[in-house]
Amino acid sequence: MTDSQNILSMNRIKKSFPGVAALENVDFSLRKGEVHALIGENGAGKSTLIKVLTGVEHPDSGSIELDGKPVQVRSPQHSQELGISTVYQEINLCTNISVAENIMMGFEPHNFFGIDWKKMNALASEAMKRLDVDIDVTQSLGNFSVAIQQMVAIVRSLEVASPKILILDEPTSSLDVNETAHLFGVIRKLKSEGIGIIFITHFLDQVYEITDRITVLRNGKLVGTYNTTSLPRIELIGKMLGRSLTELDEVSKAKQKNEQKKDTESLVEAKGLGLTGSIEAIDFELHVGEVVGLAGLLGSGRTEIANLIFGIDTPDKGSLKIKGKKINHFSPLESLENGIALCPEDRKAEGIVGDLTIRENIILALQARYGWFKFIATQKQYEIAENYIKLLGIATPSADQLVKNLSGGNQQKVILARWLATDPQVFILDEPTRGIDVGAKAEIQKLVLQLAQEGKSIIFISSELEEVLRTSHRIVVLRDRKKAAEYSGDVDDHTIIQTMAGIL
Amino acid sequence: MKNNTPLFKRVRENRLFWPLVALSLIFIFNAIFSPGFFKLGILDGHLYGNLIDVFNNSAPLMLVALGMTLVIATGGVDLSVGAVIAISAAMGAVLINPVFGNEEITNAVAADPTLTNTPLWLVVVVTLVAGTLCGLWNGLLVSRAKISPMVATLILMVAGRGIAQLIERGQIMTVYYKPYHWFGNGFILGLPVSIYIVAIVYAIAWVLVRKTSIGLFIESVGLNAKSSYYSGISEKNVKLFAYTFCGFCGAVAGLILGSYIHAIDANNIGLNYELDAIFAVVIGGTLMSGGRFSLLASMVGALIIWTFTITMYIFGVPANALLAGRAVLVLVVILLYSDYARRILNRIFERKGLQHDTAN
Repeated sequence: MTDSQNILSMNRIKKSFPGVAALENVDFSLRKGEVHALIGENGAGKSTLIKVLTGVEHPDSGSIELDGKPVQVRSPQHSQELGISTVYQEINLCTNISVAENIMMGFEPHNFFGIDWKKMNALASEAMKRLDVDIDVTQSLGNFSVAIQQMVAIVRSLEVASPKILILDEPTSSLDVNETAHLFGVIRKLKSEGIGIIFITHFLDQVYEITDRITVLRNGKLVGTYNTTSLPRIELIGKMLGRSLTELDEVSKAKQKNEQKKDTESLVEAKGLGLTGSIEAIDFELHVGEVVGLAGLLGSGRTEIANLIFGIDTPDKGSLKIKGKKINHFSPLESLENGIALCPEDRKAEGIVGDLTIRENIILALQARYGWFKFIATQKQYEIAENYIKLLGIATPSADQLVKNLSGGNQQKVILARWLATDPQVFILDEPTRGIDVGAKAEIQKLVLQLAQEGKSIIFISSELEEVLRTSHRIVVLRDRKKAAEYSGDVDDHTIIQTMAGIL
Repeated sequence: MKNNTPLFKRVRENRLFWPLVALSLIFIFNAIFSPGFFKLGILDGHLYGNLIDVFNNSAPLMLVALGMTLVIATGGVDLSVGAVIAISAAMGAVLINPVFGNEEITNAVAADPTLTNTPLWLVVVVTLVAGTLCGLWNGLLVSRAKISPMVATLILMVAGRGIAQLIERGQIMTVYYKPYHWFGNGFILGLPVSIYIVAIVYAIAWVLVRKTSIGLFIESVGLNAKSSYYSGISEKNVKLFAYTFCGFCGAVAGLILGSYIHAIDANNIGLNYELDAIFAVVIGGTLMSGGRFSLLASMVGALIIWTFTITMYIFGVPANALLAGRAVLVLVVILLYSDYARRILNRIFERKGLQHDTAN
C-alpha cells in the first residue's frame, strides 16, 4: 500500500471516547492533486478522523505520515503549519468586518503608518479573483451569501498557509445549485495546482461529480477505499448503510397509502400572511394528516414562512388561523399551546441546548407548556426520555449524556422527541435532515409519514428536492420570497426545478 | 476491574469538590497555626468562638451569593446588590425612626430603646419589599428593555446609594430599637439567628429551583437563550425572576447587616458585596457565561471568602492589607479554575489512578 504519490497516509488510527469507540484502526490516504470523498453515516467517525488529522484530538494509537515522514499533529495550529487547512461546515469568519480583513487577518501588509489598506484590499481582491470570484472585498463579509463566505474561508486558508491538503467539511450543505457549481470550479482549480482535497459531504451526486476516490467509514471502522468511477451508487449506499435500501422503498410505499386522505379539516390557514422584508403575503393551508413540502432555493422564504407560522416573527400583514382560531399574539409558547411544533433549521443555535442532558432537552418544551410550577418529577422525566430514546432509536449510552456529545442525526432526533413529547398536531420541520446521513434521513422521512398517518400535519422544508417529493402530498414552491406555485405530490422534479428557476 | 468513570473522578467532577477542598485547606491551616480557631465556648447560653463568627459574618454574603448565582446562571450579572442592601436597610431604619432629624424625639428614642411607632413585622416586610422592587427594576431593564445586564445594574449600583442617602436624609441612622438588633445579633438554641435566616432563604431558593421547573429554565436560558425561546420557554420571565430574587436576597442581607451594626450608613453598608458575591459564585463553579449552577457551592464560596478574611484578622494582618490578601485569594482561585490548571490536575490524578488500577 506504499504509494509514492501519497502526500498523506494515516495508518491504523484508533481513538475512543468514554463508552464509544470512535475510530478502530482506520487507514486513510490522500494523493497529490486528488479529491477524496470521506463519507459515512452519522457517528461513522468522519469528524473524528478529521479532528485527529487537524490535531483537535490525539489518536490513542496509529501513525500519520506526511510526504512519507511520520508526524504527530499536536494542535490545530500545528496542523496548519504542516500544510493542512480546513474549511468547516460552520464558517468561522467574522461577518462584521470586511472580506479583505477576513482573508488577511494576522497577515496584513504594513507600511510606515501601520496597515497598508490599499495593498491589503488589492491582495485580497486578487486572491478572490484567482478563484473567479469578483466581489468588492472592502464590504463586510455579512453582506455576502453563504456561498461567497465559504469561498472567502477557502481563500483565507489558501492565503494563510498555502496548504498541501485542504479539508472541506460539508462545504455545500447550505449552497444552492449554482453556488455549488461555482465551488466545484474552485475545487478543480486547486486540484490542478496539486493540492490534495478531502471532501466530506452527504450529497452523493456531488461525490460522483467531483471526487476521484471514496473512503467509506461505518461505525468507526473502515469499510474500504474505492475509485469513484468503479463504484456504482447503489453499492456505495449499501456500503454506507451496511444494509439494503428497502427502507427507502418503504417510505415511498407509506406515502402512497397516505395519498387517499384529502379535503379534511384545515388546521393551519394563512391568508395574505407576510412580513415586510422577510416574506411577501402568502396564502397557505394545511389539512389534517397532510404533508406539505416547501421547496425553493436558499433564501426563497422557506424558513421565513416557518418562523411566521410558529410565531418566532410577528407578521405585519394578513391573518393566521390555527384550528379555526385567529392568532393575535405570536410567540413560540403560544404556538406550543396551540399544538404547533418547530424543528428549526439551525440545529445548534436554535434547536439543542448542547450542555443539557438528553433527558432535559427532551422534556424542555413539555415543561415549558406546563409552566413553572407543574414540575415533571425526575422519575417521570427519565420515563419520557427513555421512551423516546427507544422509539426514535437515539444512539446513546444513557439519558444523562450531554446532547452536544451526540452526532448530528441523533441531536435532530432529540429535538423531534422534544416536540413529540408535547403531542402537537402540526409539525414544522425545517431542514430536518440537513447534515445527517442516509440512514437517519430515511428514518426521519419514515417518521414524517408515520406521523401523517396518525393524523398529524406536517410542513416539510428541505433543500433536497428528492426528499420533498418523496414525502409530500402537496408541494408549495417558493421563489424570491413569494409563493411561485403549488403542485400535488405526484409532480415531477423537473417541473419544480423549472418553477424554482422561474421558467414556469 | 471495569469502571468507566472512577469514583474519585466522579467526586472530583462534583461542583462542591473544589470549593470544599479550598475551605478545608483554610480550616486545616487554622487548625495547625491557630489552635483557638475551633474552640467553641458557651457564653450567656449561646455558642461563641471563631467558627460562629465566620458563619455570622458570612451570612449576608451567602444570601447575596444565592441570588447572584441565579442571575449569573442566566448569563447575566447584578452589580447593584450592594446598593440594594443600602436601600432596603435604609427603608427599614427610616420606618423605625420615623421622625428622625427631630432631636427631641431621637433623644427620647435613645433613652427608651423600645420606643417606636412601627411594628417590627412591618419593618421586615418593607425592607424585603424595597429590595425585591429594586430587583424587579433590574429585571425589567434586562428582560424587557433588553439592556445588557452589566449596564442595567450599573444604573442602580451608582444611583442606589444616593437613593439610600435620600431616604435617610443624608444622615447615618442609628437604630436604638432593641428588637431590630435581634436579626444580626440574636441567638436561637445557641446559634446565631443569621444562620437560621440563611437556612430558610436557601430552602426557599432550593425548592424554587429544584422542585419547580425554574432551575431547569434558568440553566437552559443561560446555556442557549435562543433554543430555549424556540422551545417555548419565556426567557424574559426567567430573567425577571432571577433579578427579582437577587433583589430579595439583597434585602434580607440588608436586614441582617443593618441589625448587626445597629446603624445604617448608606455609603458603607454592604460595600463591595456585589463583587464578593460574584467571586463566591465563581468559586462555586458557576460559569460567568451562564448555565449549570449550584446554590450550595456558591454558599461555600461565600464561606471561603469570610473564613479567609477572619483568618487574616486572627493573624494580625493590618486592616489596610486585607484587600491585598483577598486579591491573592482571588488570583489563586481563578488560576486553579483555569482550563490549564484543570488539565494538569487531571493528568496528575489520572496517572495516579492508573497505577492504582494496575496494582489491583
